[in-house]
Amino acid sequence: MSAREAILARVRAATADVPAGEPPAWERERDAGPDSAYACERHEPAAERTARFAARVREHGARVVEIPDEPGAVAAAVGAACAALGIATALVPADFPAAWTPPGLRRVADEPPLEPAALALAEGVLTGAALGIADTGTIAFDGGAAQGRRALTLVPDVHVCVVRERQLVGSVPEGLEQLAAAARAGRPITLVSGPSATSDIAFERVVGVHGPRTLHVVLATSKTTAAAGAP
Amino acid sequence: MSASEFAERAHVALADAQLRGNLRTATGTIRARRAEAVGELADWEQLREAGRAIKERALRHLDVHLEQLEQTVTAAGGAVHWARDAEEANAIVVRLVEATGAREVVKVKSMATEEIALNAALERAGIVAVETDLAELIVQLAGEHPSHLLVPAIHKNKTEIRDLFRRHLPGCEQLGDDPAELAEAARRFLRERFLRARVGISGANFAVAETGTLCVVESEGNGRMCTTLPETLITVMGIEKVLPRFADLEVMLQLLPRSATGERMNPYTSLWTGVTRTHPPDGPQQLHLVLLDAGRTDVLADAVGRQALHCIRCSACLNVCPVFERTGGHAYGAAYQGPIGAILVPQLSGMREGASLPWASSLCGACYEVCPVKIDIPRVLVHLRGRLVRERADAAAAERAGMRGLARVLASPRAYRLAQALARPGLARLAGRRRAPWWARPAAGWLAERDLAPPPERTFRKWWRGRGSR
Amino acid sequence: MRIALFATCLADTLAPRAAIATTVVLERLGHEVVFPAGQTCCGQMHANSGYRDEGLRIARGFVRTFADERFDAVVAPSGSCVAMLREQLPQLAGDAGDAGLATAALELGERVFELSELLVRELGVEDVGATFPRRVAYHPACHSLRVLRIGDAPLQLLRAVRGLELVDLPQATVCCGFGGLFATKLHEVSGAMLADKLAALRASGAEVCTAVDGSCLLHIGGGLRRAGAATEVLHLAEILASTEPAAA
Repeated sequence: MSAREAILARVRAATADVPAGEPPAWERERDAGPDSAYACERHEPAAERTARFAARVREHGARVVEIPDEPGAVAAAVGAACAALGIATALVPADFPAAWTPPGLRRVADEPPLEPAALALAEGVLTGAALGIADTGTIAFDGGAAQGRRALTLVPDVHVCVVRERQLVGSVPEGLEQLAAAARAGRPITLVSGPSATSDIAFERVVGVHGPRTLHVVLATSKTTAAAGAP
Repeated sequence: MSASEFAERAHVALADAQLRGNLRTATGTIRARRAEAVGELADWEQLREAGRAIKERALRHLDVHLEQLEQTVTAAGGAVHWARDAEEANAIVVRLVEATGAREVVKVKSMATEEIALNAALERAGIVAVETDLAELIVQLAGEHPSHLLVPAIHKNKTEIRDLFRRHLPGCEQLGDDPAELAEAARRFLRERFLRARVGISGANFAVAETGTLCVVESEGNGRMCTTLPETLITVMGIEKVLPRFADLEVMLQLLPRSATGERMNPYTSLWTGVTRTHPPDGPQQLHLVLLDAGRTDVLADAVGRQALHCIRCSACLNVCPVFERTGGHAYGAAYQGPIGAILVPQLSGMREGASLPWASSLCGACYEVCPVKIDIPRVLVHLRGRLVRERADAAAAERAGMRGLARVLASPRAYRLAQALARPGLARLAGRRRAPWWARPAAGWLAERDLAPPPERTFRKWWRGRGSR
Repeated sequence: MRIALFATCLADTLAPRAAIATTVVLERLGHEVVFPAGQTCCGQMHANSGYRDEGLRIARGFVRTFADERFDAVVAPSGSCVAMLREQLPQLAGDAGDAGLATAALELGERVFELSELLVRELGVEDVGATFPRRVAYHPACHSLRVLRIGDAPLQLLRAVRGLELVDLPQATVCCGFGGLFATKLHEVSGAMLADKLAALRASGAEVCTAVDGSCLLHIGGGLRRAGAATEVLHLAEILASTEPAAA
């Protein structure tokens, strides 16, 4: 008998007390009662959600600059960030939009893909994102448009990331629901909630061990949000 | 039944003032953060119940979900291996590493690999496994075992860590003990290894059967490094970690960070589904998932005890346990510690190991209160005590006889009243003593810590009778 | 109401004042208190120590003695005993395959109360006419706190006691370290937990430590005596029964 058969047989024997016909998985839509119906969505104005997202990303130690989602504005903000961070040559995924690239910034596309050692030498990397979760200040990457492969947002020490307001959701359930398609398509997903941290050295929270220690977010907001004067 | 194994190790720990001080500070801090993070959510109790329900149902149909997981991981380009026990799992991993020709692997912290002592097996095969979690690295350099599920180096202060790094990390002879400096030293050392690693070994917090997605939840970024950069990734995972649906993750990813580190969300969560053969390829091109039984089917077979498999390894129970706070993890003598360790370790070994652990509890229930997946730890502890008494019939015959005799007395009103009268002189003689005489051996533990007051003039029932009818 | 008193083996034998005081308080409030003489013990010590069947045997005696429709309620001056009888007993009886006992225990359990929950929740009383001009700290016993969830009931009762100064007990909800046989099997750890509880009591400045559970009080009181401390332990019932005149 193979290990597989042996283990499955043991599992079946161990759960022989379970009645036949019982659905094999708990499903919120069908099974949740008042004691298990957790909140899924936040019903709120976009401006509020955007403000919460920006605040929570800042709490994680990342810099967030909010600009209107207009032609040129994103590129200008990216340019300002790169200048402030000393990035003259930026690593980008091959499909990073030209419209978001400021003139005067050299871009190196990750195609053909760079070796880890080369990634480590990059001054900084520019990407877009898949979505942002306001409740937790999380930015998600799913290998989709303008994001590139995972190593890009991992190895370089500085990461400038463009997030658009329309990509924001309020809650974790909403975020994961939108990421499910990527998982079903076999694409890897990374949830980033701030520069890395460890509190293992005498309980002091030391920021940034691996992964980019500097994260700068360019948050492109709609005209209404910008007008509402979100902080 | 004997609590002496734990008692002996606890004795050592209780005398270690630094350990106790560290534990008190650390657990107190994390408790406060957890309380704040949990207090923010109006639907925390609903989340807990959903988490419990998801896990309970998943375990009841574990065979269905394991088969689906194997199918979806394979369809996504991964290879699935099954291991009945630690030995089989280690042999599989060693074989897979040897097939790549690599002599060094980078490892993400994984309780499952700790449990099966994978590093030692790799070492015997001449393969170096570099632990990349900062605390695991510290513990590895010290040649010790972790003393806390989540914060394994809690028993080390910064001077000790500085000394370890000075001794073991190249170029660190002049290192100071500032935490930022220590972290930077570790970062440089590990980064070099990440960039050249050809094989990564990880555990998994969750595996989604529906999509074949594996998930690692972490703080430092070393998990991302190990699961993204090497060509070959081997993930060792206990079979109980499988979740049926992708949607289940939304519950677990809300419960785990708040319970573990008191954060709304941990810094990095990685979700990967098989091998990504995009252009350019993204991450490892060889993916192996080793499904580990190693006693989990034994736990599953116990209808009361199987809830221990709900555990998502947050360590909230450790941080709230008054016993753990005073004795630390080493006292449990096993990979799993604290309240969850006390119910998992005996069961995983078919009640052969950790037999003293179900006694390491005053049944205060603080653990059950904080468990994000509502494991009724006190209930399982009592249940396991019962199994130990019934199944290990050879041990502690004297206690068994004494308890049974006492039970007969307490079950009989007449015998009980007689015993009350007979016990009085003995109790009077024990009052105020610090040591138990030969005829009152069972009282020794009591008298070691507290005085026994002299028995009252009359029992309550005597007082009641003295009132006459009313 | 006609209230049957379950004195508990511990109070009956070692700390009768708690049961006497319970009787006094309930009679003062105009209720009839009866003491079924066939009672012994709830069985928790055995049930919690791995001797489940022995514990059930003892608990069966409780059910036989108290499942009497002539009683409106059963009261016990012990959170842990009530937790055993109301919450654990049906579960353990079910585990052991004794459906009859499980059902009987469930039914009876609806009428079994710890003293403070009986007074505040069932009888709607907070002021029992007590006077006790001392400085008192309240230790919330684990079973009453987490299993019975009596919440603030004892504090509401204490606040209504004339002259009583209620002081805050630091880290009040941390277990005192009794835990049944844990107190002897792992006495060093138990002692370490006790030491912290005593330190908290010292910090509170309390003259008296009170609780709804006699086992905690036996353990804490024993520790206070060993340490030569002046602080006393009194069961909540004793304070509620007190009509000590104010100091001159």
